[in-house]
Amino acid sequence: MELKDLAVGLAIGLGAIGPGIGVGILGGKALEAIGRNPEATSKIQTNMILAVAFTEAIAIYALVVALIIKFV
Amino acid sequence: MEISLSAEPIFFVDNFPITNTIINTWLVIFIWIIIGLMVDRKVNFVPKTLQNILEMVVFAFWDLCRSVAGERGKKFFPLVTAIFIFVLTSNWLNLLPGFGSFGVWEREAYGKKFIPLLRGATSDLNTTIALALVSVGAIQYYGIKALGPRLHFSKFFNFSNPIAFFVGVLELISEFAKIISFSFRLFGNVFAGEVLLTVIAFLIPVLASFPFYGLEFFVGFIQAFVFAMLTLVFLNIATIPHGEEVAHGT
Repeated sequence: MELKDLAVGLAIGLGAIGPGIGVGILGGKALEAIGRNPEATSKIQTNMILAVAFTEAIAIYALVVALIIKFV
Repeated sequence: MEISLSAEPIFFVDNFPITNTIINTWLVIFIWIIIGLMVDRKVNFVPKTLQNILEMVVFAFWDLCRSVAGERGKKFFPLVTAIFIFVLTSNWLNLLPGFGSFGVWEREAYGKKFIPLLRGATSDLNTTIALALVSVGAIQYYGIKALGPRLHFSKFFNFSNPIAFFVGVLELISEFAKIISFSFRLFGNVFAGEVLLTVIAFLIPVLASFPFYGLEFFVGFIQAFVFAMLTLVFLNIATIPHGEEVAHGT
């Protein structure tokens, strides 16, 4: 097994830990907020999707680095 | 299994490569010109199917722009909706059969290389960087138009005290980070989705791709929505009139 393969695996593996936890926290808070105030569901949902896209972008950066290492 | 990060040139116009993704951009534009002309010919007061679908999208974004940016949202509506429609069409077109699989074999120095003739426009980093530059450029333009150049640039170059100076530097860096973040978010999602579908189809040729197509369908929509929504939010922040700012401190 070459170091390059190891690098690809580690890049995306470690890079997805943070955003995974982040998205989980966001989802939890959003669900809590909806539970407290079901009337505001659509507003909360829209803002949650926005925030999830921000954190998911970090995971996507890690994925792009892994793809670049593998294919370039 | 051929996966290429960069788009493959189909032909050259005077040393400028016309890649398969540029051809796809033209395809998207062509499709929307046709749809626009079809609807424009006869606009009913009680809409039929195609006009109904387009009205759903247009009114949804009209309400979104009004709710996020208030009265200023009317000015931002065309750009935001156009970005959404372009990115959405590009992303979804990438999932049709034939995209990535319909192509020619080209003889290279060390063997054969497969050149797909059709490849989704947003799976090329060039397209997404171009869209990001348009977004951030529009943010700067509308900011200068709303606040005047002195007030707009005083957000970034603030010499009143050292802390404000560093905040200004960070804001400036953050503007460039927006370009990178916009482009890589969209590119990463679409390209990784493409690679995922290729790999799954390669591993299990029958039926296993179905849930992943569902995922890519959803992701394509979400990324288009997020791109448009973030453009709208940053436009709103850049054009807040001077008196309406939030109070600092207590």
